[in-house]
Amino acid sequence: MSDELKTPLLDELEKGPWPSFIKDLKSMADRPMVKDLLGQLEKSYRDKRGYWKHGGLVGIMGYGGGVIGRYSAIPEDFPGVSHFHTVRVNQPSGWFYTSEALNEIMDIWDEHGSGLTNMHGSTGDMVLLGTTTQELEPIFRELTAKDWDLGGSGSDLRTPSCCIGPARCQNACYDTLALTYNITHKYQDELHRPMFNYKYKIKMSGCPNDCTAAMARSDMAIIGIWKDDIQIDQSAIAEYVDSGFNIQEYVIEKCPTKCITLEGKELKIDNSDCLKCVHCINVLPKALSPGKERGAAIALGGKAPIVEGALFATLIVPFIEIDEENGFEEVHDLLERIWEFWDEHGMNRERIGEFIERVTLKTFLEGIGVEPMPQQITQPRDNPYIFYEEYYEEETE
Amino acid sequence: MATTERRTDIGPPHYDKFLHPIIKENYGKWKYHDTLRAGVLVHVGETGSIYTVRAASPRLISTNFIRLMTGLATKYSDGYLRFTSRNNVEFLLGNKDNIDPLIKELSDNGVPVGGLNNSISNVVHTQGWVHCHSAATDASGLVKVVMDELYEYFVEMKLPHKLRLAVACCLNMCGAVHASDIAILGLHRTPPRIDHSTLPNLCEIPTTVASCPNNAIRPTSIEGKTTVKVDEDKCMYCGNCFTVCPAMPMADPLNDGVSIWVGGKISNARTEPMFTKLAIPFLPNNPPRWPEVTEAVKNIVEVYAKNAKPYERVGEWINRIGWPKFFDLTGIEFTKYHLDDFRYAGTTYRRSMHNRY
Repeated sequence: MSDELKTPLLDELEKGPWPSFIKDLKSMADRPMVKDLLGQLEKSYRDKRGYWKHGGLVGIMGYGGGVIGRYSAIPEDFPGVSHFHTVRVNQPSGWFYTSEALNEIMDIWDEHGSGLTNMHGSTGDMVLLGTTTQELEPIFRELTAKDWDLGGSGSDLRTPSCCIGPARCQNACYDTLALTYNITHKYQDELHRPMFNYKYKIKMSGCPNDCTAAMARSDMAIIGIWKDDIQIDQSAIAEYVDSGFNIQEYVIEKCPTKCITLEGKELKIDNSDCLKCVHCINVLPKALSPGKERGAAIALGGKAPIVEGALFATLIVPFIEIDEENGFEEVHDLLERIWEFWDEHGMNRERIGEFIERVTLKTFLEGIGVEPMPQQITQPRDNPYIFYEEYYEEETE
Repeated sequence: MATTERRTDIGPPHYDKFLHPIIKENYGKWKYHDTLRAGVLVHVGETGSIYTVRAASPRLISTNFIRLMTGLATKYSDGYLRFTSRNNVEFLLGNKDNIDPLIKELSDNGVPVGGLNNSISNVVHTQGWVHCHSAATDASGLVKVVMDELYEYFVEMKLPHKLRLAVACCLNMCGAVHASDIAILGLHRTPPRIDHSTLPNLCEIPTTVASCPNNAIRPTSIEGKTTVKVDEDKCMYCGNCFTVCPAMPMADPLNDGVSIWVGGKISNARTEPMFTKLAIPFLPNNPPRWPEVTEAVKNIVEVYAKNAKPYERVGEWINRIGWPKFFDLTGIEFTKYHLDDFRYAGTTYRRSMHNRY
C-alpha cells in the first residue's frame, strides 16, 4: 500500500492521558512494516476481527524455539507485514539493563526488523515484534555477537524469569537472579530445542508476595520462604506506634492466624502459628523482615485455562535449601526427576498441572520420589474410596 | 556487523553487568524501603540508598520509546534502568536530586509516574489484533482506553489496596488474567467454522480431536476425505482446536467480545491466592474506545474504592461482603452464565444456609 496512511479509528487512541501506543507507532510510520501494521490494525478496528494467519515454522538453524512465525492473512493489501515474525530474546535476570546495552539491541532491531517490541513478553523475554524470514539469521548473529541469545517457545523449557530478588528487595529469601541465571544456562539445550510434551515454565519469586505470579502462570514456581522467626526491630516498631500508625487494625487484625500481639510498643509474634503470608512484613517494612533460615518452596502446575481449566500450582516441596555454593544441585536434581517422569508418562500437550491431576498427586509424588506430606494438601481425602496397596494375607500372622 | 563465528547456546548475559554500583554493593543487604511519593521508592542498604522512579509503559513500544527511556536513564540514573514484571519502566537513581527533573522530563514526554502501593500498576496484557491469530479483541487498545479512564488511580495512591488489572484477548490468556483483581478477557461465542477443503492437508486429525476439552470433535469423512465435525452443543468456544488446526477459525466479528472478571490475587498476603470470577459475561467489541468496557471497569473500581477496607484486595472485599452484595452494589446483572458448568462446577454451589439477607 503506497497511498497515504489513513487511520481515523486508531487516531482516537491518540487522545487521553495514558501513553498512546498509536502515537508511538506512528512515529515510525515511515517504515513500510509499521505503516502496513497500522493499516491492517485500522482494518481490524473497522471489521472487528484480527487478520493474522496461524504461525508458521520458521527459526534459526539448530534451534527449534525462539522465533514465532507470523504472516498477514491479507498480504496483498498489506505487503509490509506479509512476514511479521517474532524474535524472543532471553532477558537478563530481573530485567536489568544499561542504556548502552539496550541501545545496542535497538540498533540491531532498527536495522533488521520493524523497530517494534514488547518490553516484555508474558514469559519474560524481550520480544522483538515483526521481521522477515531472511533477516532472522543476521539478527541472531548480531545478537549473539553482543552476548545475547534467544528465549524459548513451543514445547520446550520456556525462558525462566524472576523477581527483583536481593538486587533491590529486603524480603528476598534466596537469590532469584542467580538461580534463574544458573537454570537458564544449565538447560540451554532444553530451552532451544523443543522435546517436551508441552511448554514448561519456571518462575522464581523471592518471597510469598510472588511478584512474578509464579503460582498462577508457571509450571514450576520456586518461591522464597523462611522457617524460623520473623526478625523484629523493636525500635522501629516503637517509631511506627509513635507516628500514630494503627498496628492493631492494619497488622494484628489482618493476620490470618492472629499470632501477633502488641504490648505497649513491643510487637510479639507466635511464629509457630505464622503462615508466612508476609502481610505484616509488607506493612511494616522498616521493622519486620523474614527470618534467617531461608530457602524456597516449590510448587508445580500453575497454568491458564486451556485445556482442562486454570490451576494454581500445587505445593510439592515445602522447603528446599537454595544452595549456591553447591551449584544449586538439589534444585537440578528435583527438576530432572520431574522432567523424566512427565516425559515418560505425560501426554502430548499436557501441562504438568494437568498431568498431576490426571495421574493424581499420590502417583506423581511416587514417580518423582518425594514423600507425601500434610503440607501438600488443604485436607486429607473426605471420601472412603482408598486404593489399598498393602493388606494382610490369610496365612500372615 | 556480524561476526564470522556462529555462536549458539550462550544464554543471556550475566545480570551483574547491568546492576547499578549502589545495587551491587548492597545486593542482599537491603535494610528496608520507603515510598517517598507516588511512583518513587527509596531502598536503604548498608552502604547507601537507591531511588526508584516507576514510569508507565504501553508494553507495545518502539525503539523510539526505548531510546527515549535509555536517554533519560543516561541523563538521570547513571545509565541504569529495568522493567518490572508488569512492564513498568524503572529508573534506578543514585542521586535523589535527579528525581524531580527526571519526572518532569517523563511528564513532558507524556509518560506518567506511579503504579506503586495502593494504586493501579501497569496493565499486563496480550497482543490482540496487533499480532495474534486467535485474538477475540484488541489488547493494547483496551488497555489504553481503560487506563485513560483510570489514570488518576495510577498517578495517585488512593485505593484501599493495590489493584491489578490485566487484559487477555482470548482464553489462551497469554496475559494470565486469571489471578488479577480485575480482568478483561476477550472471548468467542460461536463454534469454529470448519474449512473442509483445507483441513485434511493442514491438520492432524487425532491431535485435533484430542484438543477439545469437551470431546466435541469427532473424525468424519466428507467426499472421501477424512476431516472432523464439531458437536456444536458441546462447544464452549475455547479455541483450543484452532490452536492445533488452522482450518478451524474462531473469529466472528458479530459475536466476539469481552467479558469482565474480578477478585483474583497472586500474593499470599493475608489470604491465599485466588482466581478471578465472572462479573460480566459479555460486552460488545466496540472499537476504537470500547465505552461499555471502560464504564464497566470504572464502575467496579469505584465501588471497590468506596466500600473496601484498607488492605483489602478486590477478592478479599467481595469475600467479606458476599457475592449477592457485590452484584447489588455494582448494579451488575446476575445471569445464568454466572453458574459454573465446567469441571469443578460443584465446588461453587452453595451448600449451607450461610447467606446475608
